[in-house]
Amino acid sequence: MKLVKLRNMSEKIIEVKKLKKCFGSLCAVNEVSFSVEKGEIFAFLGPNGAGKSTTIKILTTLLHPTSGEILMNGHDPSKDPDAVRKSFGIIFQDPSLDDDLTAYENLEFHGVLYDVPKEIRKERIEQLLKITELWDRKDNLVKQFSGGMKRRLEIARGLLHHPKIFFLDEPTIGLDPQTRNHIWSYILELNKKEGITVFFTTHYMEEAAKYAGRIAVIDHGKIVAQGTAGDLKKKTKSKTLEDAFIKLTGHGIRDEGASSVERLKSAMRHMGRR
Amino acid sequence: MNMNSPVYILWLRQVKKYFRSRSRIVGALGQPTLFLIALGFGFGPVFAKAGGGNYLEFLVPGIIALSILFTATFSGIEVIWDRQFGFLKETLVAPVNRTKIMLGRTLGGATVAVVQGLIVMLISLLLGFQFNVLMLPVAVVFMFLLGLLFTALGTAIASLMEDMQGFQLIINFLIMPLFFLSNALFPVDNLPGPLAAVTQLNPLSYGVDGMRGALTGVSQFGLFLDFSVLAVIVIAIMLIGGKLFSKIQA
Ligand SMILES: Nc1ncnc2c1ncn2[C@@H]1O[C@H](COP(=O)(O)OP(=O)(O)OP(=O)(O)O)[C@@H](O)[C@H]1O
Ligand SMILES: [Mg+2]
Repeated sequence: MKLVKLRNMSEKIIEVKKLKKCFGSLCAVNEVSFSVEKGEIFAFLGPNGAGKSTTIKILTTLLHPTSGEILMNGHDPSKDPDAVRKSFGIIFQDPSLDDDLTAYENLEFHGVLYDVPKEIRKERIEQLLKITELWDRKDNLVKQFSGGMKRRLEIARGLLHHPKIFFLDEPTIGLDPQTRNHIWSYILELNKKEGITVFFTTHYMEEAAKYAGRIAVIDHGKIVAQGTAGDLKKKTKSKTLEDAFIKLTGHGIRDEGASSVERLKSAMRHMGRR
Repeated sequence: MNMNSPVYILWLRQVKKYFRSRSRIVGALGQPTLFLIALGFGFGPVFAKAGGGNYLEFLVPGIIALSILFTATFSGIEVIWDRQFGFLKETLVAPVNRTKIMLGRTLGGATVAVVQGLIVMLISLLLGFQFNVLMLPVAVVFMFLLGLLFTALGTAIASLMEDMQGFQLIINFLIMPLFFLSNALFPVDNLPGPLAAVTQLNPLSYGVDGMRGALTGVSQFGLFLDFSVLAVIVIAIMLIGGKLFSKIQA
């Protein structure tokens, strides 16, 4: 009885087992396993090319995995993509706006696609455009926007509907600190009030330390550590998360833990340098 | 149509984008106008001498079909642009069955193609084209069917392509043959066997014949056959296009 209750209390909304995705001979995601609990804020950290976006693309039905098991809100993205798509919202790392539409039209399009009722849609679009300081530019075509403005618009769009899970792939990249703070407080409020699970990636370590309940660090397609920021610091005997991250993914640590083949490769690289 | 439906908003997007790109409209009209003037006036006398009647009357439905063929195929192929500019992802992860997304896009592409066809028709009026106004709605139905067919075909092809590399191939090996190996430019009743067969297998011929029948009263296959053949092909290509579009990975 107790076991059952415990399980219900910590319900897993994302479950990934031995997920693998190879592009030809390169395995961008290599037997990754992790799970995210309902209502949790989960950070997925890793150096460039580690496999973060690829993992997100698989979870969000944009890519088919090579192998592995996934449950998103109880559904398998490759078997029942439509059910999975009803459960999440996403802010992509790469641009995804329609440049030939206005800011408002981009949001309106999203709102209709995600079935946000008309009244709420109107209200929220205004609120989000004000938070992102784009309200007075709402009728401008997106192609006239600066990079930062486009990013802010994408965030506003991503937050327009309230799903069960938010995927935020480097959401605050290229934004000024004020905007970053505004956006994070909005996300935290949604997380608290509506219990929306947040899965995000970032290269700003202070963001992860501040907002994430748990963190997974991925490097070369493999998860190298998981836990709270405190756990990771303890494990690596570091003072800051940034130090922990560098120790986990930096060359020194990686070479120690690497397979013999990788060690050989790295040795050859060192020789090449000399 | 329900203003809050995904199909509608996707349709609206295609139509808005079209009316916003003036250069696209003008660019897409240049070629048909050139064809109308050069071929219409150039071959007119020969055609009349050979007992074919008024060549401009014969030619206009073919040129309308040409502009629909181009506009619609490009609307379909826009999927590749959307993929390159990243916008496609936004529609691919939406909680809407992808078949509906494809349907909205295709209806939008077909609408734009009909508008383009009607503009070509206006130009042809300036050049002296005369037609049966009462039958205009029937001609528009055929325009719309051609629009659906080639938008869906463009979408199907684009769903299989990663980038714009194959674009030239599509023009040279799909659009041009479809146009030239049809009844758009010449009557097909006295063609050598193989060519006649090809033109009769070409779905564009049925659209041209339908428009020609409606506008000028001269039809080779008959409006009913034209409509039936086109309707069946449209449904088939839309199903294939929908299936391929649903399978896109990004
Ligand atoms: N479509 C693709 N074809 C081939 N290789 C790919 C493809 N997509 C990603 N990769 C490769 O997979 C690896 C992981 O890429 P991914 O985008 O997941 O990294 P990331 O962790 O998100 O990095 P970043 O922090 O730079 O965003 C990279 O080596 C990348 O080159
Ligand atoms: Mg990435």
